[in-house]
Amino acid sequence: MRRAVWMAVMMTSMSVVARAAELTADEIVAKANEAAYYAGEDGRATVSMRLSDGRSREFVILRKDVPGGLDQMFYVYFKGPADVRKMSYLVHKHPGKDDDRWLFLPALNLVKRIAPGDKRTSFVGSDFLYEDVSGRGLDEDTHELVETTDAQYVVNNVPKDPAAIEFASYKVWIDKDTFLPRRAEYLDQNGTVYRRVSSGEIQTIQDYPTPTEQKVEDLARGTSTTITFSEIKYDLGLNERIFTERFLRRPPREVTQ
Amino acid sequence: MKTQAPALIIVLLLATARAVAAPAWMASLNDAGVELHGFAEYRYGLRTQSDPVEEDASLNELRLQIDSPWYHDLFTAQIKADVVYDDLADDRSDVDLETGQGWLDLRQANVLASPLSWMDLKLGRQVLTWGTGDLVFINDLFPKDWQSFFLGRNDEYLKAPSDALFVSLFPAFASIDIAYTPRFDADRHITGERISYWNGQRIAGRDSVLATERPDDWFEDDEIAARLYGTVDAYEVALYGYDGFWKSPGGMDPATGKWLFPELGVYGASLRGPLTGGIGNLEAGYYDSGDDRDGDDPFVNNSETRVLIGYEREALKDLTVGVQYYLEHMMDYGAYRRALDTAGLPADTARDEDRHTVTLRITWLLMSQNLVLSCFTRYSPSDEDVYVKPSATYKISDRWQASVGGDLFAGENEHTFLGQFENNNNLHASLRGSY
Repeated sequence: MRRAVWMAVMMTSMSVVARAAELTADEIVAKANEAAYYAGEDGRATVSMRLSDGRSREFVILRKDVPGGLDQMFYVYFKGPADVRKMSYLVHKHPGKDDDRWLFLPALNLVKRIAPGDKRTSFVGSDFLYEDVSGRGLDEDTHELVETTDAQYVVNNVPKDPAAIEFASYKVWIDKDTFLPRRAEYLDQNGTVYRRVSSGEIQTIQDYPTPTEQKVEDLARGTSTTITFSEIKYDLGLNERIFTERFLRRPPREVTQ
Repeated sequence: MKTQAPALIIVLLLATARAVAAPAWMASLNDAGVELHGFAEYRYGLRTQSDPVEEDASLNELRLQIDSPWYHDLFTAQIKADVVYDDLADDRSDVDLETGQGWLDLRQANVLASPLSWMDLKLGRQVLTWGTGDLVFINDLFPKDWQSFFLGRNDEYLKAPSDALFVSLFPAFASIDIAYTPRFDADRHITGERISYWNGQRIAGRDSVLATERPDDWFEDDEIAARLYGTVDAYEVALYGYDGFWKSPGGMDPATGKWLFPELGVYGASLRGPLTGGIGNLEAGYYDSGDDRDGDDPFVNNSETRVLIGYEREALKDLTVGVQYYLEHMMDYGAYRRALDTAGLPADTARDEDRHTVTLRITWLLMSQNLVLSCFTRYSPSDEDVYVKPSATYKISDRWQASVGGDLFAGENEHTFLGQFENNNNLHASLRGSY
């Protein structure tokens, strides 16, 4: 009897291993997307951004997933520098179509609706792109598993609509154990790497492996931006009301404290 | 007394320079639980043509802003005040918190609390804004500072503060805002002191400063503004109501020659949401001029219907274009023209029944968004006048920012809304250090 149990356990685990090895590139990318952008039902982090030209951005970000799909809501509250201080920014993210975005300008007490923009424009003037922060639609590229090492999957991604985008392809190194993307390299039409996104130390916070540092290098321009995340918390039970005009106008305690 | 204010400003500016230069000192203050921010700014502006009734310089001022919020478990308190040395002001020592004249301009002083989970209250001096227009305001009847705007001060000074109780209610079906202003807060409108204007007969300025009679009885000359709003999918829908007075002079007492703020009620609605890759907005309002409902008083504004249609989209990477069409339709136009005749007032300076306006805004972010180029143009084919406001703002560093800009007016006639300001074309520049 005991032997039969063991056999069953072994066979089950072998099939898990076998299945893991057989993950398709699409499945790996989907899991990486979930690990990188969907940890927990909601989350909070204090973000410190350092640009290589000496400028900085300090903000608090709140995230809440909309149940039953990939839609998410983000609330960003800027603490510095002076020209953006106390501004708040609200995004209702709808993968596959335009996001809804609002910006609150406290000096004018004005809620400004932001026209949908090119998602590959700079996020708050840094080397991070809007798409690096909110995620890129999985359907926008074809994915190919080009290499599997002991620890990582290497996936090559080619845009389905190359005319609409500045890169020819990008390669992502994804950790097998956590499915977190650790490095991405963007290649131009000549096959030269011109942009690199990498994540530093991974900490496990409330069972969710979480990168606490990310860096973007613009190799063509010779600039870089480093983001450090601190005071990270998941599953806070954030009220969905936070992601409305009410709290855009009067930032909630979750970001002011 | 007159010499004290500049001395105080110099002391404060030195303190700011020290604060800007010594972030460690600020950090220790922040550690102690005190948040203190703000900026020091110098701004200079010059008319591009001489104006017989105004000074050549349009701006020459040092401004120190102090902004300090205080977060408590039960409420948030905020103070934001500008200490100003305005070299062009006639009287710097006499502080008028309503008009912002004098060495102190109190921008905000209020307390915000949420006594119930579905209610927010904000009491005190605050800046209020709603509506969907870009520099076109139909249902936003909160005070504007047109003088600051046309002189080329920073955009935030377009909004003058209100002394009000602002109540927000959030029942499940919608959101409701109610702003109660116990004593009428007028616009900081054109007076002739700094900007020359059409006074009904000629272009006037410092030689003929607008005399007004402002309703100012507490709780009697009050204003109430309300908004009911919500979202349907990605579309924002709102209904508005206002009961108060014309915010800039909307009438004249022929006996005294003083300009008046007649009674006004406004009822309107707006819609804003995604439209073919951009953002579209639609707003309308009916202006019920309570003191001239029949439109037959030539000295009081007639009622009006106002409609705005706008569209904004990113045309190129980091380049956004916004266009608007705005209509002001005067009600009872026949009665207005007959009343002008009866009173013996000239017909050639009469208003058109329909005043059409189109606006265009181009905003271009360059150099990693550190350089912002913007140009706002407002053109009226019916008034045959135009206003162009170009600006360039460069963020030198996290602390320092420089800007240049202009306010340019042109018109076929001297009496139209923008044409009257033709002698006020100006260029201006500023340098701001923040802490």
